[in-house]
Amino acid sequence: MPFERYVEPGRVALVADGPLKGKLVSVVDVIDQTRALVDGPGSGVPRQQIRLNQLHLTKFRLSYPFTAPTRVVRKAWTDAKLNEKWAESQWSKNLANKEKRAEMTDYDRFKLTSARVKRNRARTAVFKSLKVKAARGGKFGKKKVPKTPAKKQRTKKAPAAKPAKK
Amino acid sequence: MKAKGELKEFEVIGRKLPSENEPKPPLYKMRIFSPDTIVAKSRFWYFLRQLKKFKKATGEIVSIKEIPEKSPIKIKNFGIWLRYESRSGVHNMYREYRDLSVGGAVTQCYRDMGARHRARAHSIQIIKVEVIKAAACRRPQVKQFHNSTIKFPLPKRVHHYKRLNKFAYKRPSTYFL
Repeated sequence: MPFERYVEPGRVALVADGPLKGKLVSVVDVIDQTRALVDGPGSGVPRQQIRLNQLHLTKFRLSYPFTAPTRVVRKAWTDAKLNEKWAESQWSKNLANKEKRAEMTDYDRFKLTSARVKRNRARTAVFKSLKVKAARGGKFGKKKVPKTPAKKQRTKKAPAAKPAKK
Repeated sequence: MKAKGELKEFEVIGRKLPSENEPKPPLYKMRIFSPDTIVAKSRFWYFLRQLKKFKKATGEIVSIKEIPEKSPIKIKNFGIWLRYESRSGVHNMYREYRDLSVGGAVTQCYRDMGARHRARAHSIQIIKVEVIKAAACRRPQVKQFHNSTIKFPLPKRVHHYKRLNKFAYKRPSTYFL
């Protein structure tokens, strides 16, 4: 479990606290153990100091020398297409989903429940038919199923598609 | 003085009131760090009384200006010379801080002196504040940040530890990559 994300010039971080909450910034230099000088030309954040406690480090890292001026940071930001890469990442999608959930009306919640019920019923039906087939073939049960590495399927939740955004 | 909030730098100029034998008394300028102009004026008279033979009643403040930071987005190393009264004597000190502005560094100094030496703001006198070049810094806790390829992880992250609930049902995770 070594550390993979470091506070270093170029590291992109999400501000998780304070007036800049939700914005992407990149570390330009470190002031001291608790503060960093931070700049976000691609996300509308002027150069300023920020407490490291308020930052959540991302896996993205731009490359520019420490204390580079804002135009250099902006060029690195656009060259690396950071805004697009961030929007594609699972983290930003999770944040967007959270926002959507928080804005749901009662009607949206009803639509969500009925969509989930429909999906779960279809899923159970398929499972039952598969189970019956396997049981008849003698392959159902803890000791009878051959061990294969389980593949975790990530299911996209219905909220990404169903409730209409206001 | 109470070092409230973030201290600002003021340039205060004062002189003795003009009289018949001295129609043009010399002006004296001081660099005062205080939360506002009112305290700045007060501190100006406090220092001036100790240095020259006139006081608020026999003098006047000619100008008081707040000096904004010239380069508020450039990280600087500040050396602060100060004199403070402890419970058993008076001492001189030289301390170093890393900050973006002079006011910020002096505020850090007051907080630090309060924490480390229990010195209250009224017993601290800032003698001199200077921007120090990295090579001339003396304190290791400032010199450790003089590294162009500085890199460190954030090992034990306690998220919103001041906003956590009184009761918890499982241990929080403090490792975030």
